[in-house]
Amino acid sequence: MTNYSVEISSLVKYFGRRLIFEGVNYSFQSGHVYGIAGPNGSGKSTFVKIVSCLISPNKGSVTHILDGKKIEEEDLHNYLGFVSPYLFLYDEFTAEENLVHISKIKGVTFNKERSDYLLSEFNLYERRNDLLRGFSSGMKQRLKFAFALLNEPPLLILDEPTSNLDNSGKEKVYEFIKLEGKTKLVLVASNEDADLALCENVLELQNYKNKL
Amino acid sequence: MKSFALFKKDWESELRTRYAINALAMFVLVTISVILFSVGNEQITEYLTGGLLWVVIFFSAMSGLSRAFVSEEERGTTLTLQLIASPSTIFSGKLIFNLILVFLMNIAITVLFSLLFESFVIKNFSLFLISFLLGNIGIAVSSTIIAAIISKASSKGTLYPVLSFPILLPLILTLLELTKFSMDGKTLSASYVEIGVLFSYDVIMGTASYLLFDFIWKD
Repeated sequence: MTNYSVEISSLVKYFGRRLIFEGVNYSFQSGHVYGIAGPNGSGKSTFVKIVSCLISPNKGSVTHILDGKKIEEEDLHNYLGFVSPYLFLYDEFTAEENLVHISKIKGVTFNKERSDYLLSEFNLYERRNDLLRGFSSGMKQRLKFAFALLNEPPLLILDEPTSNLDNSGKEKVYEFIKLEGKTKLVLVASNEDADLALCENVLELQNYKNKL
Repeated sequence: MKSFALFKKDWESELRTRYAINALAMFVLVTISVILFSVGNEQITEYLTGGLLWVVIFFSAMSGLSRAFVSEEERGTTLTLQLIASPSTIFSGKLIFNLILVFLMNIAITVLFSLLFESFVIKNFSLFLISFLLGNIGIAVSSTIIAAIISKASSKGTLYPVLSFPILLPLILTLLELTKFSMDGKTLSASYVEIGVLFSYDVIMGTASYLLFDFIWKD
């Protein structure tokens, strides 16, 4: 099991003058599944983007640590798998081409075996050579899981992981969350009770809006 | 290597969508045709053709080179890029793509000018070649960083040439001067100052862009 942790310290985020959250202190450890909960507009996506170092907080810090060593922000993409409805892959490429390009840009050898396994698990193997522009939104969501899990990152951030998915897709996602959560650090930001039921700890962002 | 992989992705994407290549080709053809129609049978001076060459190059660059970042922003794939590569990889990959595009475009424009304008005669070819190489690098570097800046803005189409003009002006002015020198047949040693300016421009823009890209890219 990898020893991965994320330390959140005194996090504050404003959009303009509107406070999103403040004073968030938390420690996430590998081997657990954490939930990020809150109603629409509570800042769940903003929070996971800050944890992923995609946007900066106004105050506070996020520190990623792997086996006692701090991971620099510019290297984080090597350790992170991310799924969200606002993530888009390349429509002009096929499902497999997307995964090949992504692996090469990441600087890792494309693992065909792993790719085939994930595409089969998410019921996309038969459509792996079809262009993404012909995929439904649910199929694109499934492919994002293959994208996130391809290089077996120690940190998985799933923002609304089951959006656009049918029941079998949701079951598959829950299966993977449980599996990955045993050895890795998994963060799930969602409104869905079924998604949050998988989480051992839930961070309620509504509790960090004191100034509103 | 990672940058090259990103370039390869962009190149394959371009070959399938033909967004930038078509825009550039159409712009070049239309502009040169309009110049030819407006000139008619009149004999235009050498210097004027040299000036027109860089005017066509500047506006052609403005019509297609923002593609590198704008296409990612429009398709919503900026986040994907942020999740798979470091800012330096992204900048280098996009720069390679724009360099190839600028060289292809400018070679085509220069060949068309030589074929269509009788007065476009270069007497010192090596001087023209050096200024052409350094000029293309300067245009590619500047247009890449400006494309990254404007990709976040709402009125991308207008902002790109507006923001590019002051940044590219010193480069274009020096290139005009060097084109004039090469048409006059001036020697390389007599043009060291202008070549030095071009070289310095490339180094300064390259270094500043590389250092600033991280800030532009993130938020």
